[in-house]
Amino acid sequence: MKRTLENVENEFETFQILNEDGEVVNEDAMPELSDDELKELMTRMVYTRILDQRSIALNRQGRLGFYAPTAGQEASQLGTQYALEQEDFILPAYRDVPQLIWHGLPLYQAFLFSRGHYHGNQMPEGVNALSPQIIIGAQYTQAAGVAMGMKKRGKKSVAITYTGDGGTSQGDFYEGMNFAGAYKAPAIFVVQNNRFAISVPVEKQTAAKTLAQKAVSAGIEGIQVDGMDILAVYAATKDARDRAVNGEGPTLIETLTYRYGAHTMAGDDPTRYRTDELTSEWEKKDPIVRFRKFLENKGLWSEEQENEVTEKAKEEIKAAIKKADQQPKQKVTDLISNMYETLPAHLEEQMEEYKAKESK
Amino acid sequence: MAQMTMIQAITDALRTELKNDENVLVFGEDVGQNGGVFRATEGLQAEFGEERVFDTPLAESAIAGISIGLATQGYRPVPEIQFFGFVYEAMDAINGQMARMRYRTGNTMNAPITIRAPFGGGVHTPELHADSLEGLIAQQPGMKVVIPSNPYDAKGLLISSIRDNDPVVYLEHMKLYRSFREEVPEEEYTVELGKANVKREGTDVTIIAYGAMVQASMKAAEELEKNGVEAEVIDLRTVMPLDMDTIIKSVEKTNRVVVVQEAQRQAGMASHITTEIQERAILHLEAPILRVAAPDTVYAFTQAEEVWLPNYNDIVEKVNKVINF
Repeated sequence: MKRTLENVENEFETFQILNEDGEVVNEDAMPELSDDELKELMTRMVYTRILDQRSIALNRQGRLGFYAPTAGQEASQLGTQYALEQEDFILPAYRDVPQLIWHGLPLYQAFLFSRGHYHGNQMPEGVNALSPQIIIGAQYTQAAGVAMGMKKRGKKSVAITYTGDGGTSQGDFYEGMNFAGAYKAPAIFVVQNNRFAISVPVEKQTAAKTLAQKAVSAGIEGIQVDGMDILAVYAATKDARDRAVNGEGPTLIETLTYRYGAHTMAGDDPTRYRTDELTSEWEKKDPIVRFRKFLENKGLWSEEQENEVTEKAKEEIKAAIKKADQQPKQKVTDLISNMYETLPAHLEEQMEEYKAKESK
Repeated sequence: MAQMTMIQAITDALRTELKNDENVLVFGEDVGQNGGVFRATEGLQAEFGEERVFDTPLAESAIAGISIGLATQGYRPVPEIQFFGFVYEAMDAINGQMARMRYRTGNTMNAPITIRAPFGGGVHTPELHADSLEGLIAQQPGMKVVIPSNPYDAKGLLISSIRDNDPVVYLEHMKLYRSFREEVPEEEYTVELGKANVKREGTDVTIIAYGAMVQASMKAAEELEKNGVEAEVIDLRTVMPLDMDTIIKSVEKTNRVVVVQEAQRQAGMASHITTEIQERAILHLEAPILRVAAPDTVYAFTQAEEVWLPNYNDIVEKVNKVINF
């Protein structure tokens, strides 16, 4: 009897371009990026790291609400987004606010999303995205539909969606990939495997050795990438995008990454389920440290440049929080008027009731 | 005009909208080449092509989920759920997602989706085919729920549902699919959503019903007439939002009400309707509002449908109670 599991697992070796010392270990796979583009990638990672630090602080001060930390996942989040075009459509999960920001969502709106204000979810014209999805897996089936729609319209664009390692256990995860596969739809499914779904390690989600191999069940391409290596993440996404717009169907990308912080700022304490050793082991793989070394070796990055980015980030964050503070408070009548195109009679009645209350 | 069954009227409405609007897409399990398990989509794929009318993998959650995605690309999806008992698989995509699309995006995006699904008892279906689950959707803000009771309404309501820019669940009672024919105009027309229809005028009692219970109520009204009781029968047609204007006008005239549904007493719409009436018209009531509904058990095993499903006798009985209160 021939057993196939080992053969399947061997198909999913980790794709890497930069090692932990910032050395290129896979020259052939090196993506074509100009010096300016390489600097832009670094700028975005540094900016996003600062954004995470400031968001945690602002949350602790009560100036932000729901927040899911992103430090550690910069390469995974920004490398995938950087491979996109403006017409591509992002269906993020709740941790994927950075991708939205770099796709065009103004920072103050991202803060309003965190606080719980509908204006935070109003994507500006031309920003093709939904706001972060809270129901784990729902974004996957919706992404299949977005991609089907793009294909029907004859657009040369893709739908990209994100979930975590825990999310790969959901039914919608499988259904979304399977539908996109069956219709050969231009979708990119990203699994950011940060090893923990709140407190549950990935080993308790599945006996599968990789998450990328779950692509096999949908009959689509799957690839496991070093998610702390922004060049590898970018190259894998770019390749998936090229194939998708050429009509070759969807891809599942697993990025091996880590979140240094808590699951969310809602009382999660990672020291209850993770060792400091594990965290510091992953800190050695830090995507920013590694890419900094790479750029410094090429003479493309300096401490001065990094400080400039840091200062700019801090200033813009300050301004964005101020702008969020100035957003008018929500009224029940606003919420009612956003329910339907034409209000049904029962909501008309309630609208009148709350108009009267609000005018007091 | 043509004589049509309800299922033919539904097909006709789908054909009309597929023709009218190239953004209309019809899809689901076996709706393509096969023409649907009830023939509701018969001939549509042949006429409009596989890009417009297509089969899907067998997964209700994704059928509803892709509808949302397709809507973001400007499409007007008309997915089918083969039997509404299978809606549990798609509950997040419906109540958790498409119902909230306009609201959560601050009115910048919408979900013009019409989910068609058969339901209803009396045709000896296997488990979880006939359950009346309209109440589950009607409780979700953002959704509309439409339930036609005859071929004419079926066509006009389906066209309105498809043209509505918010999500609609359109439920088709299996017993009504081919039980009778009716004159249905061949040209396009609409029946406004959220508007009830007074099927029979009367002065002594208002019977409020929807779905297969409309016919049962009409039959009950005929029986009652023999004993000198004139019942007014209201067919809700849309169960969410409710047409309270039509209901209250009738209650103010008759001063007595019976609400009739096929669903279990703890389910369906009857409790909500009863509450709305007592809040708005209690001073017009000569008797308590009574409900006709199924027992609060799981839907009957096939052979028990006859003793379990509410019928016109139950309605006559309840009306007499209200009259003699």
